[in-house]
Amino acid sequence: MNQENRWLLPAGIDELLPDAAWAVEGLRRRVLDLFRAWGYGLVVPPMVEYVESLLIHPGDDLDLSTLKVIDQLTGRLMGIRADMTPQMARIDAHSLGHTEPTRLCYLGTVLHAMPGGFAGSRAPMQVGAELFGHAGIESDREILSLLLDTLAVVGINDVWLDLGHVGIFRELMAQAQFEADEETEFFALLQRKAMPEIQVFLAARKLTPSLAAMLHALAELHGEGVETLERARTVLADAGDGVVLALDNLSELARLVLASGSGVKLHVDLAELRGYHYHTGMVFAAYVPGHRQAIARGGRYDGIGEAFGRARPATGFSADVRALLDLMHADTKIDGSAAQAMYQHTYLAPVLDSEEPGYSELLALVRGLRAKGCRVIQALPGDNGQDESLGDCALAMGCTHRIEPDMTHGNEFWKICEI
Amino acid sequence: MTDTLTIGLSKGRIYKETLPLLAAAGIVPSEDPETSRKLILDTNVPGVRVVLLRASDVPTYVEYGAADVGVAGKDVLMEHGGDGLYEPLDLNIARCRLMVAGKPGVLEGRHRLRVATKYVESARAHFARQGRQIEVIKLYGSMELAPLVGLGDCIVDVVDTGNTLRANGLEPLEHIADISSRLIVNRTAMKMKSARLREFIEHMSNAVNARG
Repeated sequence: MNQENRWLLPAGIDELLPDAAWAVEGLRRRVLDLFRAWGYGLVVPPMVEYVESLLIHPGDDLDLSTLKVIDQLTGRLMGIRADMTPQMARIDAHSLGHTEPTRLCYLGTVLHAMPGGFAGSRAPMQVGAELFGHAGIESDREILSLLLDTLAVVGINDVWLDLGHVGIFRELMAQAQFEADEETEFFALLQRKAMPEIQVFLAARKLTPSLAAMLHALAELHGEGVETLERARTVLADAGDGVVLALDNLSELARLVLASGSGVKLHVDLAELRGYHYHTGMVFAAYVPGHRQAIARGGRYDGIGEAFGRARPATGFSADVRALLDLMHADTKIDGSAAQAMYQHTYLAPVLDSEEPGYSELLALVRGLRAKGCRVIQALPGDNGQDESLGDCALAMGCTHRIEPDMTHGNEFWKICEI
Repeated sequence: MTDTLTIGLSKGRIYKETLPLLAAAGIVPSEDPETSRKLILDTNVPGVRVVLLRASDVPTYVEYGAADVGVAGKDVLMEHGGDGLYEPLDLNIARCRLMVAGKPGVLEGRHRLRVATKYVESARAHFARQGRQIEVIKLYGSMELAPLVGLGDCIVDVVDTGNTLRANGLEPLEHIADISSRLIVNRTAMKMKSARLREFIEHMSNAVNARG
């Protein structure tokens, strides 16, 4: 590292400067207040854990994106969290151990060993909500509704929701009885919707014509929500009860989304299998025009707590705070409450010695302003804040008003002047 | 927003052979890239435009949504990895083969091969399937030259007629994959422009089938 470039940050590692940091904090408060109003308990899990608790399936994608360090106290391997969901599962299964449904929410920075995607951050801020202990569609509905409310409270409109269900692929795989490497190959082809290769692959296997047709159709079962689900009912009519049940669930969720009045557009993709290794039921992702990646993802992942001694049904979602912030409607970026207008005012207060006349009056005025949520900056000697001829410095510090002695009433009184 | 369509193409063979297929889908670029220096071409359809890219950049543009769809050779896709892309249609154009080539007999023996290629991933994967470890020398073009001047034992490259190989005293030695160009689609676009893209893919597919 040459001395000139000591300021350089690692690839994909960013920092928030005051305006952006305040905007993130505003968003954080708004989203967490919403979660609180829905009865979700806030938890703050640790940045590092032993890899055994952080990684539920060693060797998977999450393992690869988890940065590891050796704990010098024990010689054991620790991971810096790349995803907070497994931590939630551990907290629900072990730390809390409730038998009733448990609602948890969280917000924190995670670290990815590799920069992901389009100039992607390696340290995204993850926010999410998880509901443990209920296996029915009602909890899926709650999570989906909470996601829509979260996007609404942040001021993100024009949302496209992509719905899927990993149970359908899983059920068809059980019927096809592929070898493990065959299933991996088919899975990869399906993820790329590589129709020519899928055709070749299926033709080379001994499958009943009806099963082969259904596997082939799976790659094409994507499109506008309601229409696609109708199409799936016809095409997958012989796929068995499990698939029919999954389609019923999706139809109900589709109705919920469309009836929410949020103007959300619905898309269904039955071959969307992101997170297939831990998801067990419905999966979803929210997209916004002009934004290249999903802004929030989630779904059902029953049984994940088994690694911590207690398998519990689970469903939830998480989102990237920075992506939400980028898309946040400009009006909602600054809190719209009445106090906010005042909050935007910044006052420059003169510095006084406690012996000087007017000190206690000034102190009371400053305390009063701060209590109302206004910013009051204390002038410092040498910043020219008290020199009327040099208003520039006060402006540079963002001051809109100056507190000055009100000479018409004697020097115990103070007046506020616009800069 | 959801009606616009940006199509990523590379100049040359892929562009020429894609034009008739696009025409079958009702899309005709308003200018000829051979005479125009523009990188973005409008078409006869409002909201549909063609962007001209370097062949190996097409998957990147489509993956990150700078283009909604694109046409890329399977060789380029194998090298890119294809993650984050849909490749629903084989256009059956720009056909060739990805091959190992070199002087006869150079692959024999168990020494560690030095392979000069721009297809680093495909070369590694091909020899790994044979249980053979190789050293890759990454080049950007004129691979045929490398073994002639001692830069590598053999090359991995796309071969069409094989004339360039023969003219330089090299022979095709092993077949790695048959190559043709694919229609690739951005994942997010497939969800948000679903109706528009399904129609586009269907037209292209019909055009490919009609050509036989």
